[in-house]
Amino acid sequence: MAMRPLLLLPEIVLFLGGLAVLVSGSFLPRTRQWVTRVIAAAALVTAAALAVVDLPGPAQPAMEGTFTVDTATGVARIVAALGTLIVLALAADEIAGSPRESETYALLLFATTGTLVLAGADDLLVVTVGFLLASIPLYGLIGIARTPRGAEAAMKTYLLGALFGILLLVGVTLLYGVSATTSYTGLTDRLAEAPQGVVAAGVVAVLGGLMFKAGGVPGHYWVPDAAEGAGGTVAAFLTTVPKIGAMVAAYRLIAILPDTLAWPLLVAVLAVASMTLGNLAAYWQTDPRRLLGWSTVSQVGYLLVPVSVAGRSDLALPSLLLYLAGYTVTNLAAFAVTTAFPDRRGLDSYRGMGRARPWLGASLVVALLGLVGTPPTVIFAGKLTTTAAAWDGGLAWLAVLVFVNTVISLFYYLRWIAPVYGRGEPPARTLPGAFVPAAWSATTAVVTAGLSVALGIGAGALWGLFSV
Amino acid sequence: MLSLIVFLPLAAALALLALPRLGDAAARWTWVVVAATDLALVVAAWLRYETPTAGRLAFEEQAAWIPGVNSSYHLGVDGLSLPLIAMTAVIFLACAIFALRETDRPRLQAALFLFLQSVSMGLFVAADLILFFVFFDLSIVGMYFVIAGWGHGNAARSAMKFFLYTFLGSLALLVGFIGLYIAADPHTFDMVELAEQTPLAGSSLAGGLVLAAILVGLAVKTPTVPFHTWLPPAHTDAPAIGSAVLAGVLLKMGTYGFVRIAMPMLPEAWRDWAWVIIVVGIVSVVYGALVALAQTNFKRMVAYTSVNHMGYIVLAVGAAGLVAGDTSLARSVAVTGAVTQMVSHGLITGALFLLAGVLQDRAATYDMDSYGGLAGPAPRFAAFFAIGAFASLGLPGLSGFIAEFQIFTGSIAAAPVTAVALVGILLTAALFLRALQRIFTGETRGRSVGFTDLRAAEVWSVGPLLVLSLLIGVFPRPLLAVIEPAAEVAVELVGR
Repeated sequence: MAMRPLLLLPEIVLFLGGLAVLVSGSFLPRTRQWVTRVIAAAALVTAAALAVVDLPGPAQPAMEGTFTVDTATGVARIVAALGTLIVLALAADEIAGSPRESETYALLLFATTGTLVLAGADDLLVVTVGFLLASIPLYGLIGIARTPRGAEAAMKTYLLGALFGILLLVGVTLLYGVSATTSYTGLTDRLAEAPQGVVAAGVVAVLGGLMFKAGGVPGHYWVPDAAEGAGGTVAAFLTTVPKIGAMVAAYRLIAILPDTLAWPLLVAVLAVASMTLGNLAAYWQTDPRRLLGWSTVSQVGYLLVPVSVAGRSDLALPSLLLYLAGYTVTNLAAFAVTTAFPDRRGLDSYRGMGRARPWLGASLVVALLGLVGTPPTVIFAGKLTTTAAAWDGGLAWLAVLVFVNTVISLFYYLRWIAPVYGRGEPPARTLPGAFVPAAWSATTAVVTAGLSVALGIGAGALWGLFSV
Repeated sequence: MLSLIVFLPLAAALALLALPRLGDAAARWTWVVVAATDLALVVAAWLRYETPTAGRLAFEEQAAWIPGVNSSYHLGVDGLSLPLIAMTAVIFLACAIFALRETDRPRLQAALFLFLQSVSMGLFVAADLILFFVFFDLSIVGMYFVIAGWGHGNAARSAMKFFLYTFLGSLALLVGFIGLYIAADPHTFDMVELAEQTPLAGSSLAGGLVLAAILVGLAVKTPTVPFHTWLPPAHTDAPAIGSAVLAGVLLKMGTYGFVRIAMPMLPEAWRDWAWVIIVVGIVSVVYGALVALAQTNFKRMVAYTSVNHMGYIVLAVGAAGLVAGDTSLARSVAVTGAVTQMVSHGLITGALFLLAGVLQDRAATYDMDSYGGLAGPAPRFAAFFAIGAFASLGLPGLSGFIAEFQIFTGSIAAAPVTAVALVGILLTAALFLRALQRIFTGETRGRSVGFTDLRAAEVWSVGPLLVLSLLIGVFPRPLLAVIEPAAEVAVELVGR
């Protein structure tokens, strides 16, 4: 076992990039803060490129076995870095020239680093570090807009984060207490012999912490508020990128647990709770971002499906990674449409958008139907393979519930699509009919929606990469 | 060859979208030309077609797609699908011609229908379950936008109902597909392999559940009683060409699934549940006809006769599962009749819905009592309408007769009790004659006054559909020669 810090180069690049953004931002006049955005983008591209170079290799331990660089880590690095890069494009419209521009970029980079630490963690203590590194910048990001709603959301997130952070630490302590190790390599055997009640309590607590990070039941309460109250850039980020690390971390944890308790059932129950609650709560939302916020809660449910059969089906890991990649692209496309029209905060105010802006309208349709899992978007391939994995792992009922939930979810996405192609003008009390989208967001929406379809058609190639 | 047939319309649709400067007239004619080219390609394929060996497909194309789950881009045709792709190409061409007078966003409409054509063609030639599902789902998305974008009346609500209902069906179907995939060894989504393997043979519970999921999915799309409630509002509020495609092509996706997927892949479960399927078929036949009889809205009436006509198909494929003694010849006649009925219903109902569109265009109502004596001002319309109505009620000499005659010959030989469904024929005859009477006979009154007769574009879109129905009715041999071998194979597969 050795440190081999070079294996963590993408994370290091991101963190140093964040520091560079922070420092240079404080010396640059407000009109030239865009330079920090370029620095941040360069750091993200470099990190993704380094991850691509590392990707085809076998699993390699780093930091004395507490961190693993394997396919899952590599994919998480690429997806998270590129996801944050897309978020930066949205920021170019929203926060360019705003008072806290460079700070926002720095916090985005730190939070991304935290997510990647979570994704590669092979040790409970590193999970804790990743959790904190991913969470603390997030609190700042949510409140950075300085609006009343933003403040409320930040407070809510902070309190919940503190609670679940403590829960996570309790879980780690319990597991350490019965196994005398925090390293995943030793946990499997020792937990098998440990008192099962304590193991169960510990695992549930750690999973709870990860669910806060992912925004799934039971740690989901902050997601809709933060999605609605924070700025568009931040909302797009926090509903997308932190999930990548949290889900991979949850997968690694479930995969190493001994067969002594019904872990698949526990995760499956969480999955069903998450998808059902998210879908039902999204039903009558009128703010598109809040609607998307609840939709992401339900998406965490779908993401938990392959986690529930971690280690029991060969399809589980590749399907999880495929779903994560697809979800990132598709969800960002939907958010990009909302940041293209930042003042339109009601579903009704999108009336006639499809006719005025055909490309943007089409992007929104692709994104929303993509979130439903309509072929040929990439989430369809994800949903297909995750449910096949669940069925393969002996949870056929979970596969059926996924599809029942998919039908339920269709309704609220259609509630948004319907006015976009409906006749008439938006109601007078909102905004008049002129749809003038923000340039960067509009381009991003079209590109990401196109990517969602392209990745769906090319899902075979992705699968080949992910199942190495 | 098949890839070209499938993706040519899609390429044209993208081209139309990418060229916003294109004038409306150019867009309309582009659509006609592309649809005609696609039909020419299908005809060329038909001429080169040779019946493949049992269990195989003609014009096969295969390329890796998602090898991780053994799903490939696999296309092929046989006697079950070739008539359907020909029928699809004909209907879309008829719609393109009919829409030459369209003024509401013609470029977008042309692109959308070309997209739908690609999707429909793709579904009928798909030889991989996931590919099939992709096209199945996209057909729903495309039709949603057709109804929501160009419909009338309560279009948004009908479109939403249509989408939710049929999407539910499609996901039930997907559950069934995943069940087949998991049960197959090695796991695969390939239709040809699955039909060879017959996974789940020997496990009647799992087989029954998977078949139930697939049947529900297909029954919603077909639709059969009790899953038909989305159909009347969708048809009533859809534009004329949307209804024609919905009834002519999209409904066939359900019935095609029965013969292509459910029967050959789950033969044992199919035989076990044959009686349930037969009963659903008979109920659809009688109920559809009875409800149609009570309608005063012409379009709703035709929509319900679709439930009735699809019922015959379900009845026939159900009867094909009653494996006993020496009825295999009869059962293969029933399946041949079912496939013939798919083609025939597509042509006839497509024509009837286009004619209903003429009513809406001239007088803005489908209410039959608002008309009267229409034969006077619109003799051509009356003649076309009468031919369509007689074809639909199964008059000899038209395609409906050939189909229904075979269905009943085969089904009654396999199970005499299916003769109950003959009531349906009587009822449809009554309701069509009554509709003819209400709209066309008597004194010219109400909305009939000043009704403009069919225009050239309408004659040239509806006319060929009716001529084809007549041709099939008089010379059924070329069509049956293609279908019969495939029907025999299907019956043989379900008897395993």
